[in-house]
Amino acid sequence: MSQNVITSPTGHDAHDEHHGPSGLLKWLTTTDHKIIGLSYTITAVVMLIIGGALAELIRAQLATSNGHLVSFAQYNELFTMHGSIMIYLFVGPFAFGALANIIVPLQIGAPDMACPRHNALRYWLYLSGSITMLLGFFTAGGAANFGWVGYAPLTSSLNAPGAGADLWIGGLLLTGFSAIFTGVNLIATIFYLRAPGMTMFRMPIFTWNLLVTAILILLAFPVLTAGLIMLYADRHFGTHVFSVAGGGVPVLWQHIFWFWGHPEVYILALPFFGMATEIIAVFSKKPVFGYKGMIFATITIAALSLGVWAHHMFTTGVVLLPFFSIMSLLIAVPTGIKIFNWIGTMWRGELWFSTAMLMSIGFLITFLIGGLTGIYLASPPLDFFTHDTYFVVAHFHSVVMALVLAAMGGLYFWGPKITGFLLNERIGKAQFWLLFIGTQVFTFPLYILGLQGMPRRMAVYPLHHDWVNLNAISSVGAVLIGISTLLFALNIVVSWKKYPAGDNPWDAQTLEWFTTSPPPHHNFYRLPQIRSERPTWDYNHPEHKSVAHASHEN
Amino acid sequence: MEKTPLSPQGTRTSGRIGRRLRVLLTIPAAGLLLSGCTLPSFGVSKGVTKSSVQVFHLWQWFSVGAVVIGALVLALIGYAIVRYRRKDESAIPKQSQYHIPLELLYTIVPIIIVIVLFVATLIVENPEVSNPRTDVVVNVNAFQWGWKFSYPGHAVVVVGQTTQSPTMVVPANTNVHVNLTSTDVVHGFYVKEFNFSRYALPGVTNQFTFNAVKTGVYSGQCTQLCGLYHSLMFFKVKVVSPATYDQWLLDNRNVSAATAAANATALQNNPYLSSQSTQSAAN
Ligand code: HEM
Ligand SMILES: [Cu+2]
Ligand SMILES: [Cu+2]
Repeated sequence: MSQNVITSPTGHDAHDEHHGPSGLLKWLTTTDHKIIGLSYTITAVVMLIIGGALAELIRAQLATSNGHLVSFAQYNELFTMHGSIMIYLFVGPFAFGALANIIVPLQIGAPDMACPRHNALRYWLYLSGSITMLLGFFTAGGAANFGWVGYAPLTSSLNAPGAGADLWIGGLLLTGFSAIFTGVNLIATIFYLRAPGMTMFRMPIFTWNLLVTAILILLAFPVLTAGLIMLYADRHFGTHVFSVAGGGVPVLWQHIFWFWGHPEVYILALPFFGMATEIIAVFSKKPVFGYKGMIFATITIAALSLGVWAHHMFTTGVVLLPFFSIMSLLIAVPTGIKIFNWIGTMWRGELWFSTAMLMSIGFLITFLIGGLTGIYLASPPLDFFTHDTYFVVAHFHSVVMALVLAAMGGLYFWGPKITGFLLNERIGKAQFWLLFIGTQVFTFPLYILGLQGMPRRMAVYPLHHDWVNLNAISSVGAVLIGISTLLFALNIVVSWKKYPAGDNPWDAQTLEWFTTSPPPHHNFYRLPQIRSERPTWDYNHPEHKSVAHASHEN
Repeated sequence: MEKTPLSPQGTRTSGRIGRRLRVLLTIPAAGLLLSGCTLPSFGVSKGVTKSSVQVFHLWQWFSVGAVVIGALVLALIGYAIVRYRRKDESAIPKQSQYHIPLELLYTIVPIIIVIVLFVATLIVENPEVSNPRTDVVVNVNAFQWGWKFSYPGHAVVVVGQTTQSPTMVVPANTNVHVNLTSTDVVHGFYVKEFNFSRYALPGVTNQFTFNAVKTGVYSGQCTQLCGLYHSLMFFKVKVVSPATYDQWLLDNRNVSAATAAANATALQNNPYLSSQSTQSAAN
C-alpha cells in the first residue's frame, strides 16, 4: 500500500503542532484557508437567512392583492435588498468564497491558498461590505430602493437621495474587490500549487469550474467596479455619466451592469454545477461520465457568457437583437451537455440517495426547468412580453433555487470534511423534500402570473382573474422553503459533534477525502499517487479503474 | 447598435441583405407558424394585434420544444433514479466513462434545435420590429407616475396619473406608429393583449408600430421599476373603428390639455392611496 503513497512536501513533522494564537484571536488573525472558508460559509448562510426572511415578507405582502404589511416605499426596499443580499452577499460569496476556499486547495493537494494573507483580506472585505450594505436599513431614508440592478437614472442623487443608496454602492465596491481578489487567488493557487501528478486534466470538475469562474470574475467584476465609481461620481461630484440633462447616457449603466451581470450569472452558477457534478459521481459510485466534455462545456459557457449581456436589454430598443439572441440560445448547447453528463454519470450506477445526492438531483430537475424557460427569453419577441413580468421572476428563481439546492448538497457532502461530523440524514431528507417541493410550489404560480401579465416589483396588484389565488399558492411555497431552512438550523443543533465522519464517509473519489476530517493545518500528511482525476478512488479500489465505453478490454 | 434612420412615417430604410433575408424567411414562415393554431396555448393568448398572433405561434412552437425536451430529460432522470437505486451497499458498478458517439449526439442535436429556434425567432421578429408605413402617429410620454398620449397634428393630448388610467385611443386595422420616450426615469410600456413591451427611456425616442385587429379596451401598465408608485402606473388602450377614431379626435381637440392641468394635483388626492375599497378601480 505504501508504495502508492508519496509524502507531501509539507510533511507532518513540521505541522503536527501548530503554534500561534488560539480561540477568538486565532479566528480573527488566521490565514488558514479552511478557517477563512468556514467564516465565509457561516457569513454567507447568515446572509441567506436574512435574504430569505425578506423574501418571506415580500410573499406575505403579496399573499393578498392589496396588502398593508408594508408601505410602497418599504416594499421597494424589500425586494431591492432581498435581491441584493441574495446575489451579492449570499450566492456569489458562498460559491467562490466558502466552499471553493475550503475545497479547492484540498482537491489539488495544496497546503493552502497561494496568497494566504490576501485570502484573509478578501474575507474581511466581504464581511465589511455586507455590513455596509445592510446598514442602509438603519438610515433615515431607508435602504436602497431601486432594484438590485439599480437602473439609472433611478439611482441619481435626485431620485435616490438617501444614504441607503450610497451604502449600497459602498457595500458593492467592497464585496466587488473581495471577489476580484478571490479570482486572483484561485487562479494562482490552481496554476501553481497543484501536487505532483495533478495535471490540469486530472483536476476534479469542481476545481476546474472554479478556475473558469475565477477567470470570469477577473474579466467581469472590474467593469462593475468602474460603473459603481461612475455612479458615485454622478451622485456626489457632479459628473453626468448617466444623466441626460448633462449629456450623459442612462442606458450606458445597463450595458455596464449587464456586461458584468451576465457573466455573473455563470460566476454564480458554475461552482454549483461543479458541486453537483462531484456529488452525483460519488453517490452513483462512478466516474464523471464525460469528464473532458464537462470541462469543454464549462469553458464554452464562460466564453459565450461574455457576449450575451444585452439579452437583458431586448426591450430597450437600442441593441442588436439577432446577435444577442443567437449567442444566448447557443448557451443552451453546453448547458445541455452538462445535463446529459449528469444523467450519464448516474446511468448504470449504484445510486445512494443520501441527502447530498437528493439535493443534487433536486438541483438537476429545478435547473432543468429554469434552463428551459430561459430559452424562451433568448428569443426577443418572446422576451418582449415576458420581460419585467413574473415570468422572469419565476425563471430566475428556478435557477437560483436550484443553486440553493446544490449549495445544501455541498454542505451535507463537504461539511463533514471540515467539521469532522456528519449531519443527521433523516432531518436532511425532510429538509430536502420541503425545499424541493416548496420551490416548485413557489415558482410554478409565478410563471402563470407572468404570462397573465403581472409585472414584477409591485407592492399591490389589481384583482385580476385568479391572481390572488396564484399569489397565495406561491406564498405557501415560500413558507415551505422557510420551514426547510429552519430544519437545516435544527439539524446543525441536533447533530452537533454527534456522528463522527471519518476520513472518507461517502467512499468518495477526489483528493480531499484522502486526508483526515478535519484536515491538519497544512492539509496533508501524505498523498496518494495521482494517475487520474480520481486519486482517492484509485487508491481505495485499485481493481476498479475507469474504462472508456469504446474500449472492450473486459 | 446604430439605428437605421426612420422616415417621418416610420419606414425603416434597411440594408439590402436584411431585406433579402426577410423576404426569404417570411415565405415559409406563414405556413409554418399559422399551422400552430391547433396546438395548446401554453398559457399565452393570441392577443389583438397582427404581430401578437405571430408571437403567440412562436410561443407555441418554443413550448412544444421545451415540453418534448423537458419530458425526455425528466424521463431519463426518472428512469435512472428508479432503475439504478442502490440495492447492495458494497456493490461497485462498472466504472465506464466516455461514449464518443453519444457525446456527439447530445452536442449536435441541440445545435440543430437552437438553429431552428433562431430561424423561427427571426421570422417573427423581423416583421415585428420593422416599421411599416403608418397613418396614425401617437407620441407616448411616460413620467413618474403616469402617461401622456399626444396626437401630433390633431391638438389632442391625453394625460393621467396612476389609477386614473389615461386612455390611448387608436383606430383598428391601421398601422399605428408610437414614438415612446420618458421625461424622468426608465419606464416600461406594456400591453398584455399586444404580447409586447418596450422601454420608455429618458433621452431616447423608441419607435414601434402595431396594428390592432380587434376593437376593445385593453389594460396596460408600466413594467419597469420607476420609483414609489410604480405599482400604480396604469393606462388603457382603446381600439375603435377608424370612423369612431376620427370623431374622437374632433371631439377632443384642445380639451384634453385643460383636463391635464386639472389632473396636476391628482396624485395627492389619489383615491387609491386613501382608501382600500377603491381597489377595483385598478382593474
Ligand atoms: C425563500 C426563497 C425565495 C423567495 C420566497 C423569493 C421571493 C422573491 C419574490 C416574490 C421576488 C419578486 C419581488 C418583486 O418583484 O416584487 C423576488 C425577487 C428577487 N429574488 Fe427572490 N426569493 C427567494 C430566494 C431567492 C434566492 C435564493 C435568490 C438568489 C440567489 C433570489 C434573488 C432574487 C432577486 C435577484 C430578485 C429581484 C429583485 C429585484 O427585482 O430587484 N431570491 N424574490
Ligand atoms: Cu443574462
Ligand atoms: Cu414603473
